[in-house]
Amino acid sequence: MKEITRLTIHEALDGLKKKEFTSVELTKAYLENMAAGKHYNAYVTECAEMALVQAAAADKHYAAGTSRALEGIPLGIKDLFCTKGIRTTACSRILNNFIPPYESTVTSHLLDDGAVFLGKLNMDEFAMGGSNETSFFGPAVNPWSKDVDLVPGGSSGGSAAAVAANMCAGATATDTGGSIREPAAFCGCTGIKPTYGRCSRYGIMAFASSLDQAGPIAKDVRDCAVLLKSMAGFDAKDSTSCEKEVPDYEQFLEKDIKGLKVGLPKEYRPEGLNPEVCAYWDKAAAFLKERGAEIVEISLPHTKYALAAYYVLAPAEASSNLARYDGIRYGLREEGENLDKLYINTRTAGFGAEVKRRIMIGTYVLSAGYYDAYYLKAQKIRRLIHDDFVNAFKECDIILTPTSPVTAFPIGDESMKNNPINMYLNDVFTVSVNLAGLPGLSLPIGLSKTGLPLGMQLIGKPFDEGTIFKVAAKIEADAKFERK
Amino acid sequence: MAIDNETVKRVAFLSRLKIEDSKIEAAKEEFNKILNWVEELNEVNTDEVEPLISVNETTLRLREDKVTDGNYQEAILANAPDKEYDYFAVPKVVE
Amino acid sequence: MAEYIIETAKGKWEVVVGLEIHCQIISQSKIFSGASTEFGDDPNINVSFVDAGMPGMLPTLNMQCVHQAVKTGLGLNAKINKYSEFSRKNYFYADLPSGYQITQFRFPIVGEGSIRIDLSDGSSKIIGIERMHIEQDAGKSIHDLSPHKSFIDLNRAGVGLMEIVTKPDFRAPEEAGAFLRKLRSILRYLGTCDGNMDEGSMRCDVNVSVRPYGSDELRTRCEMKNVNSVKFVMQAIENEAKRHIEVYENGGTICQETRQFDPVTGQTKVMRKKEFAHDYRYFPEPDLPPLVLSDEYINQIKKEMIELPDAKKQRFVETLGLTPYDAAVLCENKEVADFFEKAAAGHDAKKVANWMMSDFFAMLNKKKLDIRQSPVSAENLGKLVELISKEVISGKIAKDVFEIMSETGDNPEKIVEEKGLKQVTDTGAIEAIIEQVIASNPDNVAAYKNGKTNLAGWFVGQTLKMSQGKANPAIVNKLVKEKLDN
Repeated sequence: MKEITRLTIHEALDGLKKKEFTSVELTKAYLENMAAGKHYNAYVTECAEMALVQAAAADKHYAAGTSRALEGIPLGIKDLFCTKGIRTTACSRILNNFIPPYESTVTSHLLDDGAVFLGKLNMDEFAMGGSNETSFFGPAVNPWSKDVDLVPGGSSGGSAAAVAANMCAGATATDTGGSIREPAAFCGCTGIKPTYGRCSRYGIMAFASSLDQAGPIAKDVRDCAVLLKSMAGFDAKDSTSCEKEVPDYEQFLEKDIKGLKVGLPKEYRPEGLNPEVCAYWDKAAAFLKERGAEIVEISLPHTKYALAAYYVLAPAEASSNLARYDGIRYGLREEGENLDKLYINTRTAGFGAEVKRRIMIGTYVLSAGYYDAYYLKAQKIRRLIHDDFVNAFKECDIILTPTSPVTAFPIGDESMKNNPINMYLNDVFTVSVNLAGLPGLSLPIGLSKTGLPLGMQLIGKPFDEGTIFKVAAKIEADAKFERK
Repeated sequence: MAIDNETVKRVAFLSRLKIEDSKIEAAKEEFNKILNWVEELNEVNTDEVEPLISVNETTLRLREDKVTDGNYQEAILANAPDKEYDYFAVPKVVE
Repeated sequence: MAEYIIETAKGKWEVVVGLEIHCQIISQSKIFSGASTEFGDDPNINVSFVDAGMPGMLPTLNMQCVHQAVKTGLGLNAKINKYSEFSRKNYFYADLPSGYQITQFRFPIVGEGSIRIDLSDGSSKIIGIERMHIEQDAGKSIHDLSPHKSFIDLNRAGVGLMEIVTKPDFRAPEEAGAFLRKLRSILRYLGTCDGNMDEGSMRCDVNVSVRPYGSDELRTRCEMKNVNSVKFVMQAIENEAKRHIEVYENGGTICQETRQFDPVTGQTKVMRKKEFAHDYRYFPEPDLPPLVLSDEYINQIKKEMIELPDAKKQRFVETLGLTPYDAAVLCENKEVADFFEKAAAGHDAKKVANWMMSDFFAMLNKKKLDIRQSPVSAENLGKLVELISKEVISGKIAKDVFEIMSETGDNPEKIVEEKGLKQVTDTGAIEAIIEQVIASNPDNVAAYKNGKTNLAGWFVGQTLKMSQGKANPAIVNKLVKEKLDN
């Protein structure tokens, strides 16, 4: 492995500015790692040629002294972001041949800042999954795997795997119920899902529109701050995008946390929670206390209903969002003697099992006679979960929890295969954050006894990513987690 | 609210998905498992609770009425599996 | 009005009808995208990635569509809802690119209102409006270009629509017809929809049921989709009602279903039975936060409201002295009403109205012209009436002058001057003509004097003829009598 690929983005930017190496050299180094790391199945589409052209252009900017915020930094892009002229599939057979004639707002921000795109990253099909196993292209593999191949988490498994294996300097990802934070935790990376409305959803294939948010997965906290600064911002093309100005997140990293109130929700410590997870949680809290923060116990009483509410709302929205994949205007078509047969043949052949399951659950909960019992009920529960956080934030400034109750598990795990609910349960600490629209970051805290990364989650007030970065930087400094 | 085979078939059709007859039973079991789990929501009394539709609590922004988009037929049709005379083509619809 | 009762050998029935009207909103760009609403271009030109339902595309709401909807709501005397919400209506169809239509369901932008309709017997009736919401139009399917395929054009996909839902207040086909004409008139006055049913910019779904005359039950209704003219709507109601009655009288039942009206046969046939009915799975559109309007915004639009046909008609009757019928005809179309007001300014309004209702409309019809293309300007029509009122020309000469005006577009004063058509009111000149007539017709003079006094009219006619119509008929009348009775 080339040493320069182990650099963080801020280190690489420094090196590029000092002309220690060029963007073309850096990009080639990543491309070599990608070639060597095929086993991780992190990329589903590679664009080496384009990347080298972009890198050469970046080098000219450095030479001319006109370099921008991410000039020449090689990134991987989750395959849910539409990239103009580059195949974008959502890792679904139904879009296997789709080439968007437009660029998502988030990726165009990154391009505008001079980033280099190495290729498109593996993920669960349409971001539905927690292990990357629902990808049409097969699962990405966790770089921390030893004897057996482990899942990288999901849905942004390719993003986390590629960052962990130094196959990109940083990656874009999306998070609907934990899809940034869980894979970041499983792969020992740092990832942040910003406040709903922070990043434009324009050009990102929708899974559950009221929950989806884009964010970065990166090597450390500072890189997340740098990437998010570029990705975020108001976009008139997204009616749910927020007009608030995006602060320079890096400036928060150095600030101290004296007197800051850190909430630990008691409901996140259910009976039977993995003692290792508990121990690291306490350790993280201790780090913060040591630096002058005040640790307070808080209550989020409706936590236990979050998952069930999520698994009504997200499939409901998904069933509607995925109706456009019908074989008429783009994507796969399986012919049929009439329109309905064409739809059925196309969609049955084009979608994988988990996506079909969620479409049908979503269709059912919205259908006549069941709407009130399921969908409306779930929306009311969503209100209660949202209000839980509003109340909790009256007593604290930030919330600290584990990211996931488990570490990465083997690909093809039987218990999860046989019962989808077992897989859904992995999202237990992350979904509430999406339901409430809050920002949440996951960073590595240490390794389990089996040598696998564990993540801690920081949840902030709406649009208060700054405080999250401030606290995350402290945990990161004290945990001294060693990246791959 | 346990669902039956007919409901599974109806939901599959509404979703424009096909479930093989041999797999309907299994699909039904799986749905019921998920729906039973979801029914734990009924433990919470929500009579007085307003549903939460939009977390960002903003209201809708309005766009000026100007022609700023369109007029790129080629890009619209570029990915079409079947097109003729600049139309998308589908099996004949008998009305 | 006279009640509309369908009488059969077995009994008397009445019809209960409600309408749902889709009206295309007049705007430059589509309701949720910046693509043009222009119509008639090549296929799939005025289409954005949003309209084509491409992955990752999101809707943004056009402020003009909201403005037009509020304006229309005010024109329907309806409640404007300060809070409204968009919802998705889910169904698969080839011309519905996203697999759902963005519409309003639980919270429409416009609530209850009403429209007064005028019926042929001079009576009027209030028809209730249940609600009006805004939504996007679908694309178009073309079935006749290929024997094996249908083709999809998305130019229309995403054009803004207002869907107006009436209460089931209609009891006769004529009422539905009068309603559609009145609605169209209001929309055109407001400039919110051009109201052309034959071009599909206004489309009507008709819900029909029948019940025994005098009962107040509501029986199963059938819906006829997209009936595209006022005449067809009336025909569809009549024939569908007869079908229901026949079924009931033969002991059958009516199933709730969607039917299609065939303009060739005038009959309806089933499209979709209820058991195959859609389950639209409406839910709030997560891509669009709620639409909230301020009092200030609504009041601003109230200020922009113009006089609508009913108010105008009332004013024409009350202050200009028109008959209700004439006023109604002149007010149906705003251009006509404006033309009339311009022509009548400072002149005899009733006479102007008479001229418009007769010779003027006849001329436009004959020349197949729209009032905006009329060769006779409003000012010139007013001047013509003024010439008659001031007895400069006679009514008969005026018809000739109007003829010339409609060919040349000239000012009537100029025509009268140039052609020497001024009425002769000089008694001396007229007396000379009368004397000439008397002198050349001694037999008739004798007959008159012997009691055939109705011959006076003949002398008047001869005198007018000799004056080439220019002699003032009233003066001629008076002088003829004087001369003959001397």
